Amino acid sequence: MAFTQRHLLGLEGVPADEITAILDTAASFKEISERDIKKVPTLRGKTVINLFYEVSTRTRTSFEIAAKRLSADTINISASASSTCKGETLADTARNLEAMRPDAIVVRHPSSGACHLLARHLSCPILNAGDGCHEHPTQALLDLLTIRGHLGRIAGLTVAIVGDILHSRVARSNLHALRTLGATVRLVGPPTLVPPELRALGAELHTRLDEGVRDADVIMMLRIQRERQGANFFPTLDEYAQYFCLTEEAVRLAKPQVIILHPGPLNRGLEIASAVADGPYSVIMDQVTNGVAVRMALLYLLIARSKAEDALEPEALAEPSRRRTGGRG
Amino acid sequence: MDSAVTGNGARQVMDARAIERALVRVAHEILERNKDTEQLAFVGIRSRGVHLAERIRRAIQEIEAGTLVPFGVVDITLYRDDLDRGLQNPVVQGTDIPFAVDGRRILLVDDVLFTGRTVRAAMDALVDFGRPQSIQLAVLVDRGHRELPIRADFVGKNLPTSLGEQVQVRLAEVDGQDEVLIETVRER
Repeated sequence: MAFTQRHLLGLEGVPADEITAILDTAASFKEISERDIKKVPTLRGKTVINLFYEVSTRTRTSFEIAAKRLSADTINISASASSTCKGETLADTARNLEAMRPDAIVVRHPSSGACHLLARHLSCPILNAGDGCHEHPTQALLDLLTIRGHLGRIAGLTVAIVGDILHSRVARSNLHALRTLGATVRLVGPPTLVPPELRALGAELHTRLDEGVRDADVIMMLRIQRERQGANFFPTLDEYAQYFCLTEEAVRLAKPQVIILHPGPLNRGLEIASAVADGPYSVIMDQVTNGVAVRMALLYLLIARSKAEDALEPEALAEPSRRRTGGRG
Repeated sequence: MDSAVTGNGARQVMDARAIERALVRVAHEILERNKDTEQLAFVGIRSRGVHLAERIRRAIQEIEAGTLVPFGVVDITLYRDDLDRGLQNPVVQGTDIPFAVDGRRILLVDDVLFTGRTVRAAMDALVDFGRPQSIQLAVLVDRGHRELPIRADFVGKNLPTSLGEQVQVRLAEVDGQDEVLIETVRER
């Protein structure tokens, strides 16, 4: 068993065999969601907290369904309803949650590194559900599972990631994992939205859609994050669409068996044409299905690992105060 | 199982011929007990139970030509009762039951019957797929030391053991050859 992670904070630096172990486990979990009784007793009596400081429907629902299919109890906390409004710091919120003894905490936060901060303060596994512009590891893993499911491998493929790379945590997590597994990654978008530093992480950079998608095995479209476009990264949405909207014409430049991914929600007609989003190459709905399996696998692997660790360290149980102060360093 | 063996050498208790004969006898017993094979279905417990179930199924096909009993695989990892006990969980390989369980007479197959916990987990997994008419259990080796009220309906070989011993079923499909070994594992 190649899985040794304590938390899932990001995919940067996670070795290939660990990523493969997660994907293999996720693939075997898919069958559970096909059953009439979509539930296994694996995490019975365990508690998973979804702590969301940003709006999310898909990711939060996916994590909640994943936990429930493993029989864990889930609690959703959204920032608007929490004591954040009353001035509590993130670390204090986390300490209070930990005092209620959850078995895992899923966190989405607008600040990059928020999950790392929590992981330093808490001893239970932390799963990053998106932190600022940093990483969104479960999205990248479900993308990998979808690619592997359709094309049978990751190594040697050419993957074009198109859109607002600058603000995209999805792009960063995918870049790390795809490079680790041996794929060629092209980052495609207007120069203002494709940071040149990403070349240092092994990406090819393209500022023209046709060059970026030519002969690609996979095209991964990103959502234009209208909420983050205050600083005029491109003149108008119309002009962006004119140059970077994925049309059927652009798709024809890619390999004949190309697959098209999008993390959702779709801006139809802005970054992706409806004919493409609903067309034969689109695997967008498979991504959503695979998302549940990937999150089930991660909850299972991380919680099972932390329980195994507790059982192997009896002194940790004898000295609960050490755990409570996050003495793991 | 690959636990640390500091043993004094393994002793063979069944060779390939003995295993073959035991499985053919079990196949005859299954037919005798179940009369018709209409509602019968095999479910092998990962990983060696799967290969044993395939062999018994093939034996039945040879005894009664044309009888092809449906076949499924169960992975009990997600139904184990020891998540909190610090044991290394094996890689989840997935369950595959490609037939409707409702009303079937299920023949559960495993290599070694020991504490009964694996069989308990497998039965819990099975009933998540529906309501079988019955579940019967076939094992190659029953080594005793049950911790749950579970017994096998069909046994290849009863093998009295002590708790300090380890029984290893090796099958050609995974281990390169057929044999059953018994090993003394040093007490901890």
